[in-house]
Amino acid sequence: MASDTTATTDQRARVEESIDALLTAFPPARTPEPEFWGAQFDHGLAWVQHPEGLGGLDVSPRWQAEVDRRIVEAGGSTRNRTQNVLGIGMGAGTIVAHGTEEQQQRFLRPMFTLEEIWCQMFSEPGAGSDLAALATSAKLDGDHWIVNGQKVWTTLGHLAKWGMLVTRTDPDVPKHAGLTYFIVDMESDGVDVRPLYQITGEAEFNEVYFTDVAIPDDLRVGDVGQGWTVAMTTLMNERVAIGGNVQPRGAGAIAQAVEAWERTDAPDRDPAKRDQLLRYWVEAEAMRLTTLRAKEAAKQGTPGPEGSTAKLQWADLNKAITSFTMDLLGPEGMTYPGGYAFTRPDVTSNRTPSPHKAFLRSRANSIEGGTSEVMKNILGERVLGLPGEPRVDKNLPWREVPRS
Amino acid sequence: MSTTAPPTVTFALTEEQQLLRSMVRELLTERVTSARLREVMLGDEGYDAVLWRELADLGLVGLAIPEHLGGGGSGFVEVSIVLEELGRVLAPVPYLSSVVLGATVVATGGSEDQQARVLPDVATGSTRLALAHLDTAGRLTGPPGIRASRVADGWVLEGEAGYVVDGRTATDLVVAATTDDGLELFLVDAEADGVERTDVEVLDATRPMATVGFSGVRVDDANRLTGAEPMAALHAGLQAAVVAIACEQVGGTQRTLEDATAYARDRVQFGRAIGSFQAVKHRLAEMLVAAESARSAAHHAARVLATDERQELAVAAPLAKAYCSEVYEQATGDAIQIFGGIGFTWEHDTHLYFKRAKSTKLLLGDPKHHRSLLGDALGI
Repeated sequence: MASDTTATTDQRARVEESIDALLTAFPPARTPEPEFWGAQFDHGLAWVQHPEGLGGLDVSPRWQAEVDRRIVEAGGSTRNRTQNVLGIGMGAGTIVAHGTEEQQQRFLRPMFTLEEIWCQMFSEPGAGSDLAALATSAKLDGDHWIVNGQKVWTTLGHLAKWGMLVTRTDPDVPKHAGLTYFIVDMESDGVDVRPLYQITGEAEFNEVYFTDVAIPDDLRVGDVGQGWTVAMTTLMNERVAIGGNVQPRGAGAIAQAVEAWERTDAPDRDPAKRDQLLRYWVEAEAMRLTTLRAKEAAKQGTPGPEGSTAKLQWADLNKAITSFTMDLLGPEGMTYPGGYAFTRPDVTSNRTPSPHKAFLRSRANSIEGGTSEVMKNILGERVLGLPGEPRVDKNLPWREVPRS
Repeated sequence: MSTTAPPTVTFALTEEQQLLRSMVRELLTERVTSARLREVMLGDEGYDAVLWRELADLGLVGLAIPEHLGGGGSGFVEVSIVLEELGRVLAPVPYLSSVVLGATVVATGGSEDQQARVLPDVATGSTRLALAHLDTAGRLTGPPGIRASRVADGWVLEGEAGYVVDGRTATDLVVAATTDDGLELFLVDAEADGVERTDVEVLDATRPMATVGFSGVRVDDANRLTGAEPMAALHAGLQAAVVAIACEQVGGTQRTLEDATAYARDRVQFGRAIGSFQAVKHRLAEMLVAAESARSAAHHAARVLATDERQELAVAAPLAKAYCSEVYEQATGDAIQIFGGIGFTWEHDTHLYFKRAKSTKLLLGDPKHHRSLLGDALGI
């Protein structure tokens, strides 16, 4: 429960001792960022839950918030976490759990110091919700694997030095059993990264084409055929990385709706629109309270269903609110300020998009990170215990499963 | 907006509170069977007097009444737990009317003497209060249906009050009446000469309401509440009731979700459990999402009420009532659809929840009314 056990007291002492040592030896305000982050790694404060020597202290992950708070307070930066979000947020945990010692020594530190950016390549045009159906092939040729295929929705692909890649190494077994996980050098011959323009006119993501790309076998993560398990570790870390702070009351999409309402001319402020605005305000706040409740329950070690419902609720609500904001804008909702600039936005910045862009961007909310349909299956089956759909592809070799 | 400060919330229940919940759950599961509920609902007694006595003996009726007045001295969080469990089984007892509405108005609006005279008997359950504050049209704005005129040694009440929850079975009435000098609150013996109580034919038969007529009803000066500004005391009672209803609604929503989910697991059509079909599964997943957020809204409001953070209560109470009402109605409607034909029968209990949902949605202000109050509090 909430009271400190001896073990927690001991962990707190170790964490605080390390923070003090780090901040004394490397005052963040006067230490260049990469040097500081390197020292932070060496002090076991990069990701405290991981083992000592690999950037951690082998303590509960809940101490990380305290570490970051102290660093920021001392004038340091944690922007490496957002700028290398896929590496630090997802890749590190995967390499710690499944990587070889050489891989751990080689990759973790420069990942944390932002010297090497990482991307993740799981989704394919033919494998979205059904990720395990993916088709990018890897064939062993001596001590190398030769990779061919296409990945999509690759965040930071154009900046990344390294990629986390799941491939099909055995098409003759059922889909989950034939996958293998690699680290791939994005500068290799045959890797072609192209911007993927989305409905906002921007390219947050990339498509990555692989044509006879050679990956040395020592960059394989986990055993051959174990790729699904390793990929799940990556995605579990994604949930941890995303489930961070709870927004303050009235922030986010609802703030833009309220702002648009306040800018509405008095004659246009009809009671029906006001009621609709308040309906959204109510749901946004109820949802926010649920995330607070979920966070509290998780901290107490008694997580319940409230921890699984936010993504689904947020996606649908965000779409509804951003659409309503456009309605409030009236004729201005027919414009697109700044036009469709075919650029790459800085996806790691927290800048608030215009209501127009937010409206368009929100359409992805119920698709990315698990479609709302898949989320409802998960809630129905894992939380409510309802039976699953019959699966026609479960025992078939991947090669024989119909694909679009 | 002055109300944007993030409230300090703790949702977690203490060990005692968890024990309270399981104790009440166990008791009510045993006592409020479908058969018993229907017996009370269709009988003349108007509430389950045996269960009421038992709840009182366990200290649950007097839970929030101060210890020096014979109560348990607990806060609203404890009360909210009881309410949620009562709502879960549609327990036919005058808890909302007497413990929340009546007792809150007396505790807020009564002088120390008046509280000492009334609340100990409320705690034991022998006094059952009902609040008569609406006119026969049930309008939330506008004066009450009763007028009080000054006479030599007291007051005379005339008029008719509508939608008085548990009005026919109450022992005493808390009456809001218009006087020449504005609103006043009176305690009236429900059996007094000139009081006539008529049951309303209600949608939700598990919660009776009455129309209460007053013709020349004499009230002593001692029975005019003098502890606080009457409008403020009435408002406090109504605000507590609004939060109480939201807690009841959460209990009912959760029960509905559990029952419909269990049915979807067991009911087989086309050779499969119907819960394996996404059309059914997704409806239940949506119900789960809404139920969890309704719980957050109600629990937050209950905690704010318990700590008496007035400014935050002006946000939390209408928010909870508006949201939980809509969620409950949607859930019970969806449950009938999931149960299919059997859900439309009188024999099945789902319609009782459906009716409770609709009725409580409209009780003490519909969601639109509460959203408007919220908007006023937020300056929207």
